[in-house]
Amino acid sequence: MSTDTVAPGLVVQAGAAAAGRPDVGRAFRALLWRDVFVTGRELVPFLLQVVLQPVFLLFVFGKVLVELGFATDQYADVLLPGVIALTAFLTALQNTAFPLVIDFSFTKEIEDRLLAPLPTALVAVEKVVFALLRALIAAAVMFPISWWVLGTLPVEWGDLPVLAAFLVLGSLVGAVMGMTLGTFVKPNRINIVFAVVLTPLLFTGSTQFPWQSLDTLRWFQVVCALNPLTYVSEALRAEMAPEVPHLPPWLCALALTGFLALFGVTSLIGFRRRALD
Amino acid sequence: MDAAVRVTDLVKRYPGRPVNAVDGISFTVERGEVFGLLGPNGAGKTTTIGVLTTRVLPTSGAASVAGVDVAADPVTARSRLSVVPQRPNLDRALTARQNLVFHAAYHGVGRAERNRRADALLEQLGLGGRGGDKVDDYSGGMAQRLLIARALMHAPQVVFLDEPSTGLDPQARLFVWDRIRELRAGGVTVVLTTHDMDEAAALADRVGIMDHGRLLALDTPAALTRSLPGSATLDIDLERAPEDTDEAVLDALAPLAERVEQVADSSGLRARLYLSGDAAALVGPVSEALGARGARLTGVRIGEPSLEDVFLNLTGRELR
Repeated sequence: MSTDTVAPGLVVQAGAAAAGRPDVGRAFRALLWRDVFVTGRELVPFLLQVVLQPVFLLFVFGKVLVELGFATDQYADVLLPGVIALTAFLTALQNTAFPLVIDFSFTKEIEDRLLAPLPTALVAVEKVVFALLRALIAAAVMFPISWWVLGTLPVEWGDLPVLAAFLVLGSLVGAVMGMTLGTFVKPNRINIVFAVVLTPLLFTGSTQFPWQSLDTLRWFQVVCALNPLTYVSEALRAEMAPEVPHLPPWLCALALTGFLALFGVTSLIGFRRRALD
Repeated sequence: MDAAVRVTDLVKRYPGRPVNAVDGISFTVERGEVFGLLGPNGAGKTTTIGVLTTRVLPTSGAASVAGVDVAADPVTARSRLSVVPQRPNLDRALTARQNLVFHAAYHGVGRAERNRRADALLEQLGLGGRGGDKVDDYSGGMAQRLLIARALMHAPQVVFLDEPSTGLDPQARLFVWDRIRELRAGGVTVVLTTHDMDEAAALADRVGIMDHGRLLALDTPAALTRSLPGSATLDIDLERAPEDTDEAVLDALAPLAERVEQVADSSGLRARLYLSGDAAALVGPVSEALGARGARLTGVRIGEPSLEDVFLNLTGRELR
């Protein structure tokens, strides 16, 4: 069988598609490269988009309130790990949720990628991996910014492996939660859902307070325990500010793994539902 | 050699719907053929194409494209087919040329080769020099051509076009038609859906007419129009003898055709004869019949049945 299937007028020939099975790994890398390529050109807008909110959080609560004497120096130690966790988690979540709603419901731009020669689930996985990359960049940028805003950075090189591990885990959970939202929520409801979901996530993630000190506010402690972000914040706090009360890292790892499994499954179901009829 | 497209007893029922969207259709498209799938909105065309392009999971039955079962091995099927959608779904974060190059990269085409193909296709589709533009700046016709170029980047064996010329101006439409003919000349199989009967008649080697999920007819456009009873027409203008009446003249013509109607919007007497056979062959007998009554034939117009007549005959006239 000839593989030169394009017409003489529309000459393209040569080599053409191989008759065997396509290279799935290559297709996956090409999808990822497309996303990295597009983001690379818009790095500054991307960073402004993701770090502005945490920078202001850090500045007002960690610097201004401390200067004014409404909070102690110690509060910055509580806040910084939480804000870094928040940055990674929400960046990942928003980077799967919003683009998927727009892609599936309006522009349909994702169709060309759904027709690429790789399993549909891998198109979803690529979105998660890309959201993870963006989240890690956003989190990494937060470190020098924190140093600049607060004047100190309670991190040593030795902390990096554990911090990185929890940032990866936390970002993955954020990405699959975002994909679940982006694929299950009706497009005309997305604004409401984000308002209803994002704000509580922001304030029940133990980013601005240590979870264990919520003993006196039991119901709120329970609510916070249901937010995966709590475990990212607590794990980072354990590493960056060990003197602040915190959950044991193994427990955080376990909880995050559980959330990852749960929302990993729902995100794939949701993605498949939107991608295939 | 395998057929380009083979559909066997294909059924698709969407959950919660009372009827099958596709209700047991079978057809085969040969390699190098242009196949047109016609039908009113909601007939099941898009669902059928959806199954063939791996985006819709069949409920039962089998479908294969370029020898690959689309349900069992969608990944390989995707490498051998491509889709030109009705609505542009170009990647708006990329330039026109990057749309082509990335598409080829998804399909594993090497860097040098995909750059070469992108330049060649941009040129051939009249977009040379516009490759660096954002696709947002493209007109509808340019976007359509870019979609065709993108579909050809991985050298597919079967190309599916959904309503390829809807919304295009006449120049763009003819341009797209020419490109489709070139594809066929190059041995690429083309499956197109349309409800533009002119398009189907102009392009398709064979046409399948669908409605309510079923395939109602499948043949060449010529054979389909020939098969339609009573759709060829012969319009005649005539001057009758003064002592004769219009009704009597029409009655005299009645045995020659299946039906005779007087056409109202005419100053003289004009009649339309509906028949199944060759309209031209009837001119002689009509003239003789009129001569016998002292009437004179002053004008003749032959109306051939069109694919549209076949379509309306099969699918009815109600709005969907």
